[in-house]
Amino acid sequence: MSSEVRFTDFKSDKQPTWCPGCGDFGTMNGMMKALAETGNSPDDTFVVAGIGCSGKIGTFMHSYAIHGVHGRALPVGTGVKLANPDLEVMVAGGDGDGYSIGVGHFIHAVRRNVDMSYVVMDNRIYGLTKGQASPTSREDFETSTTPEGPQQPPVNPLALALSAGATFIAQSFSTDAQRHAEIVQKAIEHDGFGFVNVFSPCVTFNDVDTYDYFRDSIVDLADEGHDPHDYEAAKEKILDASKEYQGVIYQDEDSVPYSELHGIEGNMSEIPDGAPEDAMDLVREFY
Amino acid sequence: MMQDLNWAIGGEAGDGIDSTGKIFAQALSRAGRHVFTSKDFASRIRGGYTAYKIRSSTDRVESVVDRLDILVALTQRTIDENLDELHEDSVIIYDGERTEMEDVDIPEEMIGLAVPLRSLAKDAGGTIMQNTVALGAACEVANFPIENLDSALDKKFGAKGEAIVENNKEAARLGQEYVQEEYDYDFEYDVETTDNDYVLLNGDEAIGMGAIAAGCRFYSGYPITPATNVMEYLTGRIEHFGGTVMQAEDELSAINMALGAARAGARSMTATSGPGIDLMTETFGLIAQSETPLVICDVMRSGPSTGMPTKQEQGDLNMTLYGGHGEIPRFVVAPTNVAECFHKTVEAFNFAEKYQTPVFLLADLAMAVTEQTFSPEEFDMDSVEIERGNIVDEDDIEAWTDEKDRFQPHFPTADGISPRAFPGTKGGAHMSTGLEHNALGRRTEDTEIRVEQVDKRNRKVETAQEEEDWSPREFGDEDADTLVISWGSNEGPMREALDFLEEDDVSVRFLSVPYIFPRPDLTEDIESADTVIVVECNETGQFANVLEHDALTRVERINKYNGIRFKADELADDIKAKLGQEVEA
Repeated sequence: MSSEVRFTDFKSDKQPTWCPGCGDFGTMNGMMKALAETGNSPDDTFVVAGIGCSGKIGTFMHSYAIHGVHGRALPVGTGVKLANPDLEVMVAGGDGDGYSIGVGHFIHAVRRNVDMSYVVMDNRIYGLTKGQASPTSREDFETSTTPEGPQQPPVNPLALALSAGATFIAQSFSTDAQRHAEIVQKAIEHDGFGFVNVFSPCVTFNDVDTYDYFRDSIVDLADEGHDPHDYEAAKEKILDASKEYQGVIYQDEDSVPYSELHGIEGNMSEIPDGAPEDAMDLVREFY
Repeated sequence: MMQDLNWAIGGEAGDGIDSTGKIFAQALSRAGRHVFTSKDFASRIRGGYTAYKIRSSTDRVESVVDRLDILVALTQRTIDENLDELHEDSVIIYDGERTEMEDVDIPEEMIGLAVPLRSLAKDAGGTIMQNTVALGAACEVANFPIENLDSALDKKFGAKGEAIVENNKEAARLGQEYVQEEYDYDFEYDVETTDNDYVLLNGDEAIGMGAIAAGCRFYSGYPITPATNVMEYLTGRIEHFGGTVMQAEDELSAINMALGAARAGARSMTATSGPGIDLMTETFGLIAQSETPLVICDVMRSGPSTGMPTKQEQGDLNMTLYGGHGEIPRFVVAPTNVAECFHKTVEAFNFAEKYQTPVFLLADLAMAVTEQTFSPEEFDMDSVEIERGNIVDEDDIEAWTDEKDRFQPHFPTADGISPRAFPGTKGGAHMSTGLEHNALGRRTEDTEIRVEQVDKRNRKVETAQEEEDWSPREFGDEDADTLVISWGSNEGPMREALDFLEEDDVSVRFLSVPYIFPRPDLTEDIESADTVIVVECNETGQFANVLEHDALTRVERINKYNGIRFKADELADDIKAKLGQEVEA
């Protein structure tokens, strides 16, 4: 780990192909800044992404990375982290990726509490397939596939996480650069699964959850004097659908990450040239 | 003197059938006898007919036959289910005091031994040991030294304390003495012991052991019959070698976790059965396209859909060979017996890393749940070689970077094999994706690069075809006009069928093929034979189709798909029938 790492070291020489003004630019910049601030370098960082606009992040960042299949980024990140705990593993996803096709994996990743961070670029719409309702779309949000709105309540990802036993839940706004980077940094530093839902507006297909909307309605928990270690207070904020909160909402300081709980340490890529020395004991067990 | 002994215990699921059978199998194995077991089980936890069968001999046994000498029947149904295999000297041990067995129907010419299993067990310390009483009685009938049973009981119950071991030994003695005192028969069985040391294990266990030997450190899976034993074997053992087992929330997660661990540089595996393979199919392409080394084990069961989960079939060959959208370079390796499950697992890991491809390890239920004896030397750990392929480190990474110092993980090499940098390697940071990509791993739709990368990936398979030995295992008479070909667990029954055929002067050459893709070119073998018969446990002849395609000719087929593996004597009859010979009714 080098203190000389700058956040631009995490930038790929490939220019992002997101729409001009996309919230994902800010989300990614914050992720890179947080990685650099926590002393990681591109060579010891592994970024996992699924499908969708968010899935492109691995190409625009410079690090070890995989762009997987839709909704399965969290299991991939779990495998990477357990196989090599020395790596800083960051999983990036979108609201469709994480809360629709991948919602099962989300719940289980939360309860497993592997020491990695999960940043979800939540724009409340499917962008790359050109504007269909997502699990976080508002009930009355008209889209090409839901002309009268989904007519179902949106998923509350924070509530899902809390009910699954999350040890770190945060929310940020991509364009509030300093605050967003700071929150992602806290997620990285958390001993366990650090979950950050990021308001990352889609300027092309979502004319409801816009920059202006978030600027006007966001409430910073730091200003409210919220104590993220207070579970009941966190629950209240999370279930309060009337406000858009920013900040670390809940953190369990006693969190024990999966590897520690299961005694997993060491880099699994290092193995001998032949069978382990005491491998014949495995055969003798069958006498 | 009779060398073979065919023994079985049957009752309801939950009666301890499996563990009792295993104890007796171990007793026979520890007495230096070869053992081959098979199980009839239903897909339920309690109730339903279940049986554990053992064929044992001083010679190597590879198969089950239609014969039962001693049957421990805990229910009337056990007798009814096995009538075909019972013969006039068969001995049936049952508990005549149990209400439901009071009026038990023992076929006329057979010997029924009413042994009060439950009350003798109670005398020894608890009715739970009723099956052990039956084992003691069986030792007496088989004239098998009961000390061998003691040794198996030590192994089974040792961890539970001396009192439990001693009570079980006492229970066995009471069973033995009861038969001695109450039945003055001169049983015709005289089961010989030898000084040979054997190990007794099943295919799932051999796969798990092979994985550890091969350096597998990460296993993720979701429980499914009949693959779960692989996971259960690794759990609690792999940790000793620095690895871990993760029970995933579903098969999609399992294969993606394994993929993540593999990309981090760990030797990684998942195992499942057909329905799980279906769910994993989405990820096959990603594994191949991102050139990730991964071993995917499919322990086949009877399909389609949920089919018959506890029955044998070889129906997934096409699925592993062709499953997934687009065209996916892959290897399909199918072990042919329990010991080969070990060796082929080791090989699968080497193929996966050398060629950076998905490798399907295609096993089947008949092999996975069958315990078989082997000399420990057949699992020679010293012979295990680990080949990790083209891995670059900090020192040689420069040779694989472009003019901008960017690592090129998909550089189109002459042999198609890419340089591989484990995450953490300085200067190796790169992107992997299922999208078509250039040498850097970045997305492209450039037509030339597309063709270059597809060709590069397929070139790995061509390289493997040239560099590795894909020969089949050969048995029987190499000059015979009749050629039988099989894959998977049919090797055992077929090897024994050769003996039956020889007795009837039918000469057969037999090739057992462990490699489905790449596979040996059998065109010449097929052309030079008068009759070619492909034996497999499916209805459509999936392997026969592949061979017909390769050799541009028709082959005869013997297909079994009733859920039960081939039996040696039955297979010999099937072959004779194919050759137009008369078969005794």
